Amino acid sequence: MYTIGIDIGSVTAKGALLSGDTLLGADYCFTGYNAKTAAQKILDRLLEVHGIDQTEISGIVATGYGRNSVPFANRKLTEIMCHAWGARHLHPNVQVVIDIGGQDSKAIILNEGGNVANFIMNDKCAAGTGRFLEVMARALEVDLDEFGALSLKAEQPEKISSLCAVFAESEVVSLIAGGKKRENIIAGIHEAIGSRVSAMASRLGIHPSAPIMMTGGVAKNIGLVNAMEKALGAPIIVSPHAQITGAIGAARLAQSSG
Amino acid sequence: MTDIKQENENIPVNYEKLMREIMTIYYIDAKTARQNNKKVAWITSGGPVEPLIAMDIIPVYPENYGAMIGASKMGVDLCKKAEEMGYSSDLCSYARGDISCATVNGGPIGGLPKPDMLVCCNNICGTVLKWYEIQARYFKVPLFIFDTPIVHTEFTPEMKNYVQRQMIEYVQFLENATGRKMDWDRMKDVGKLSVEGQQLWQEVLDTTISRPSPMTAFDAFFFLALIVTLRGTSQTIDFYRGLRDEMRRRVSVGQGAIPHERYRLLWDNLPIWYRLKWLSKEFAKHDACLVADTYTSAWCGSLKYVDENDFIGSAAESYTRIYLNIGVDKMAEIVLSMIDKYGADGIVLHSNRSCKPYSFGQYDIQKIVERERGIPSLIIEADMCDERSFSEAQTQTRIDAFMEMIRTAKGGS
Repeated sequence: MYTIGIDIGSVTAKGALLSGDTLLGADYCFTGYNAKTAAQKILDRLLEVHGIDQTEISGIVATGYGRNSVPFANRKLTEIMCHAWGARHLHPNVQVVIDIGGQDSKAIILNEGGNVANFIMNDKCAAGTGRFLEVMARALEVDLDEFGALSLKAEQPEKISSLCAVFAESEVVSLIAGGKKRENIIAGIHEAIGSRVSAMASRLGIHPSAPIMMTGGVAKNIGLVNAMEKALGAPIIVSPHAQITGAIGAARLAQSSG
Repeated sequence: MTDIKQENENIPVNYEKLMREIMTIYYIDAKTARQNNKKVAWITSGGPVEPLIAMDIIPVYPENYGAMIGASKMGVDLCKKAEEMGYSSDLCSYARGDISCATVNGGPIGGLPKPDMLVCCNNICGTVLKWYEIQARYFKVPLFIFDTPIVHTEFTPEMKNYVQRQMIEYVQFLENATGRKMDWDRMKDVGKLSVEGQQLWQEVLDTTISRPSPMTAFDAFFFLALIVTLRGTSQTIDFYRGLRDEMRRRVSVGQGAIPHERYRLLWDNLPIWYRLKWLSKEFAKHDACLVADTYTSAWCGSLKYVDENDFIGSAAESYTRIYLNIGVDKMAEIVLSMIDKYGADGIVLHSNRSCKPYSFGQYDIQKIVERERGIPSLIIEADMCDERSFSEAQTQTRIDAFMEMIRTAKGGS
């Protein structure tokens, strides 16, 4: 039985194809201007690459901010639920999921059955989101993909005290003007996001021994994962499939007609 | 709501339409007060309006008007205008809307009638003090400040004396402003009518205990206007009696406000006036009915402190101990009792950028509710009138995720 999950995020659209519980393949593209086109592109490519006809797909669930722009989906579910299911699929012991997305960040507590017991999302502000990192990458003229590796070379992270993305950007500009090392500034940015997101997640009351997983594209940034671990005082699990966790969860949820 | 035939009279009564008519007449009266030699007093929403009614002064509520500004989506323009005048965007959007509207020829119903006096009771917030001082200077009219200390734990005899004395000063202020004496017999009657009106409003709200609920909080937000503006009049009593009977009739035939009510929710804080329809659809989509709210029940919440035979004597306590003028622990107790009374499966808290006293403490209330009742809660960040503080996509995701959680918790698919 094949199922597909399509996760249309604000920046990236992701797709996952499952055969039963086995991940057969995944695909990405920029969401861009037209979420509907992005979703269709992902579906077409998944089917083509794996030589599957759409009639063989038993269910499709769409998630993410663009979930309502996927006309061929059987169901639409939020990324909260899909990340929870995806995380459990990747790691059966996970109890807490932290997802930093393009325009929001969220923490989810799972119950024993793997369902959402509680969740929290950032307030209406870009601080602690992927967008914050993008703004900083632009100010520093660094490719966002290099952020993780560069921050590991930091000797002394700079202090970024402002929580507001706009104010933090001007802080970063001042640090650049002050001749501070790029690595230290990036490490400081990671610490700022880490403390922001961990404070939000802690409001949910995280059990000290609860296994925590970070999902979403931002989890690929090792520097930020380290900063989150430091802020939470606990290790964080990161799956190689972090970016497609939501899509995997959606594909899992597509197995039931609900 | 649709027209319904009442059994006895066989004529359709549309309560929405009827209320619009009553409010239209009320505003026409207020706007033509001067021609009819009547005085107009602007008063805060939680202020003691009964002495005004007893003295034939027309009460006008800038906050009710603020709701009209919000619902007619004029909030952003008027707030911007206030910001151009120099007011901070952090100031309450009702205050910004009212202050800027006073200076332009516009706004809903072409603006409020000019006041002859202002009555400001700070039992709802501290912002009203400065807001009313500004308006008193602008309109050059006398202002009475009715100061109600916050009842963190107990209502002490000192508090009672302090507020009680102001009730006497308040009446003297009105006598000076009108050049007439208070008719204390009339005051007694108005007090009784006010209590009866509040009791009936409570009975209207209590019809939602039934499953399915005959109305939603969105209906209550609409029907609230009379108990706020015309409390103490027989018109209000007739209206709410009819509305209550209609809701009871719906209960008796099992007619729910939501076609397939599966989940019952409690709303906290003021409505998001410019998004009522959208929000109501979003919740209905999930078969969720907002059965009660802490906001509309505030106009009958301190009934237990009122003595209908000594309205003025007991008003000190009933006006001081309203929902927004008590400690967070006490607010949480009320929220918990409402969860039990209306059988709520979850609570939606509107963190309202404008209303600090209402939004302050919501994180604590949320924690207390989760601990004591174990039901899910959701915080929606928005503003009652300023649409610039609202994000549809973010709110929708939060509502959808919250409803998924409730559905799972209740064993649905």
